[in-house]
Amino acid sequence: MQFNWLKISAILLLIYAVVGGLLLPVPELSQLGETIRNLYYHVCMWFAMMILYTISIIHSVKYLRNGKIEHDIKAVSYAGTGTYMGLLGYATGAIWASYTWADPNNPAYASFGSIMREPKLIGAATALLIYGAYFILRSSIADLDQRARVSAVYNIFSYAMLFPSIWIIPRLLPSLHPGQEGNPALNFNDIDARMRMVFYPAVLGWAFMGIWITTLIIRYKFIIEKKWSNNEK
Amino acid sequence: MKNKLTMLLATLLTLGAQAQDATNNEATASVMRSNGKIYVVVAVVLTILFGLIAYVIRLDRKITKLEKEA
Repeated sequence: MQFNWLKISAILLLIYAVVGGLLLPVPELSQLGETIRNLYYHVCMWFAMMILYTISIIHSVKYLRNGKIEHDIKAVSYAGTGTYMGLLGYATGAIWASYTWADPNNPAYASFGSIMREPKLIGAATALLIYGAYFILRSSIADLDQRARVSAVYNIFSYAMLFPSIWIIPRLLPSLHPGQEGNPALNFNDIDARMRMVFYPAVLGWAFMGIWITTLIIRYKFIIEKKWSNNEK
Repeated sequence: MKNKLTMLLATLLTLGAQAQDATNNEATASVMRSNGKIYVVVAVVLTILFGLIAYVIRLDRKITKLEKEA
């Protein structure tokens, strides 16, 4: 095993994201309190998911262009880790929302169930389910080349579906989730300068960690692939 | 052998915790106790993070070994 810049920066950035994220000063907002620090963890999951899905679609396009099976393996591995990070983002968001959005005085938001009907959450769930269908589609086709081709095309479709479901529709509907008016956490006017100092490194740290884990999965799948092709000879 | 080493390490760690208990009375103003004890949370989260990173590194090493064999 060799330590390259990706692994080292993933480790260093994550240590910084934990220490800086918990200790550095944050703006005081009445409704959020200290939970604003979740920006370094919950939001980073979605950013890392988006980065991993982008790498995945690049490999799908590469597969369709040259038909090498290694690109198919890479595409499905990156989509898998991306979906996993999306699920973690969804779970952490559910915890965060239940302590900041729930309001016993407002019947519309009194219960956990009513909060979870938010358009942003439905959109995120739809996006994740579309990627879930990607894995089901893959596992239902036995032929290797056909599976790779069909799933590469579907991967492009599901990446395209990310944009209406998590970027456009939530912007059109009223929501408790921030970001209605633009790009949450990326807009220079609505994120505090002190938080930006931790947020951007944290995004990179989580994304690098996801890429590192995905390279492990890819290498594992290559070993399996090699074994099978050796057995056939 | 490895399991015994882990056991030993775990035992030593609990000894450390007991020793900390004994010094509680005199050193209430340590760094770990300042600021609403937030540093304790940092230590806990860092321990988990280090554990996870060590796990990923170990997986990486094992896969590298497999790659050389294959």
